[in-house]
Amino acid sequence: MATVTGVSVADEVPGPPERSPLSADGAGTRRLGDRLFGGAAQGAGILVIALVTLVGLFLLWQAVPALARNEAGFLTSREWTVSGDHPRFGIVELLWTTVVSSLIAMAIAVPVGVAVALFITQYAPRWLAKPAANLVDLLAAVPSIIYGLWGLRTFGPKYEPVQTFLQDKLGAFPLLSKTSVSGSGTVMFIGIVLAIMVLPIVTALSREVFAQTPVAHKEGALALGATRWEMIRTAVLPFGRPGVISASMLALGRALGETIAVTIIVSTLADQTVWSWSLFNGGETFASRIANNAQEFDSPQKAGAFIAAGLVLFILTFIVNAVARIVIERRKAFSE
Amino acid sequence: MAKRIDVSDLNVYYGAFKAVEGVTMTVEPRSVTAFIGPSGCGKSTFLRTLNRMHEVIPGGRVEGKVMLDDQDLYASGVDPVAVRRTVGMVFQRPNPFPTMSIYDNVAAGLKLNGLKGKKKLDDVVEKSLKGANLWNEVKDRLNKPGAGLSGGQQQRLCIARAIAVEPQVLLMDEPCSALDPISTLAIEDLIGELKSKYTIVIVTHNMQQAARVSDRTAFFNLAATGKPGQLVEVDDTQRIFNNPSVKATEDYISGRFG
Ligand SMILES: Nc1ncnc2c1ncn2[C@@H]1O[C@H](COP(=O)(O)OP(=O)(O)OP(=O)(O)O)[C@@H](O)[C@H]1O
Ligand SMILES: [Mg+2]
Repeated sequence: MATVTGVSVADEVPGPPERSPLSADGAGTRRLGDRLFGGAAQGAGILVIALVTLVGLFLLWQAVPALARNEAGFLTSREWTVSGDHPRFGIVELLWTTVVSSLIAMAIAVPVGVAVALFITQYAPRWLAKPAANLVDLLAAVPSIIYGLWGLRTFGPKYEPVQTFLQDKLGAFPLLSKTSVSGSGTVMFIGIVLAIMVLPIVTALSREVFAQTPVAHKEGALALGATRWEMIRTAVLPFGRPGVISASMLALGRALGETIAVTIIVSTLADQTVWSWSLFNGGETFASRIANNAQEFDSPQKAGAFIAAGLVLFILTFIVNAVARIVIERRKAFSE
Repeated sequence: MAKRIDVSDLNVYYGAFKAVEGVTMTVEPRSVTAFIGPSGCGKSTFLRTLNRMHEVIPGGRVEGKVMLDDQDLYASGVDPVAVRRTVGMVFQRPNPFPTMSIYDNVAAGLKLNGLKGKKKLDDVVEKSLKGANLWNEVKDRLNKPGAGLSGGQQQRLCIARAIAVEPQVLLMDEPCSALDPISTLAIEDLIGELKSKYTIVIVTHNMQQAARVSDRTAFFNLAATGKPGQLVEVDDTQRIFNNPSVKATEDYISGRFG
């Protein structure tokens, strides 16, 4: 039950009752150092779980009273009136905008990031690979507000004509139909900016795992008469797969929760606008809705409504991570 | 099927470092040729030039000629990928693809060659595993990971993988050095069987092994430390072990080296 791929508290703590988790792998000894370190690791693990649980409980506790008074369907409505005696609020719009912009971001960032990582590790000559890798690492550390500003001021105006063109030509598809939102404050554009923002993360982490592909596997493939691309497919990609999944999940987590860049770019929709599922619609994400209205947290009821929205985001990221973990675990027998 | 290898005046470099110098030799088809010599004398390096794996290493390059029957492996316009499909290789450490099942490991090369169709693949996989004397041990768990086999089984899996694509030549770099005596014997027997179909070159540090499995033996040596490795002599294994023409060979084989 011990994991080799990573330290996982969740794997260790619910061990069989008759054996303490510390001795699970039979390597634990009774030495003082081992016991101290083992205890510290176990304590840290329990602390993390406790913290996550407490955060969840806190959100729930704050949200429940507001939810109880809500007169609209929380999961189905897109109204957002949180004050007064008859609050009506729902998260459909937020959920849609958050998930769709993040999915657009992933659809762009993962393939491009993996491709760039493959280029850096497998194709680029050494004089180029090193600076390129450093540059990507550097980009991964740029604060998101910079991406937001750049998206708003520089990239947005350049993107607009493309969007207009797409709307004109492909407006027949419901997802691409024309909307009243003008300019670059659309879900599509947020997705693209988020993609650019998380691209360095995906690239940097994928590059790291690809670079660790054992030479023996690569040579094994080459000696069978694989071309470079076939070698990548038989040796590098399978080896890097769990790493790429983790990288994507990290990036997805960041895209889902990205606040400031989204907040300054997106066009919020006025209360009575007709809803459209188009990617060229505006809308708010969980994080931007909460950030945009921070000054409204003045009563428990109002704050509770926003916290309820935050709770959904919390659960969403939780599910994403769980799914990633399952995918990685399923392949584990083949990766050790 | 098996082909003859003719090497003339081959120099092998790692960047500016000349690792092997002036090798001229012939490897006969349908025979086993053993490369012996002290560590660092360039056996692996030279072996890897025979299927153009040497150039995979950054800075690796070659001067001279390697002929496979009448094809010059290093002529311009020759695709190294095609060369490696003709000249297979087994490495010192078993290196099955860890993410693939036993079946997929054997089928990996076939799929690269574009062989399709479940039935055809099944047939070749079975034939190759039988050819590598592994079939009986794994036939019930073809879909289990290849990395779950023992070291000796993994090495035979790698041999199966190499012979599945029906190469003309099989190069083996110390294929038994990580294995126990029983697995070693199994692989030596296998080499004896395979030589009826393939040209086999094997690098070994085990003199008995060279004497047991090979028809011809090539002795490599370093002229001096820091100098490139050289081919000292190549002859029938019988002669090399009983009556070599160079004193250094006799010293090496009898353990009176240096
Ligand atoms: N990747 C490399 N880069 C630079 N030099 C190398 C590389 N691989 C080997 N060499 C050098 O080339 C020379 C020959 O090495 P090689 O591995 O061919 O020896 P070998 O005869 O196979 O030795 P062993 O019996 O220990 O396997 C050595 O001096 C070695 O240091
Ligand atoms: Mg060697």
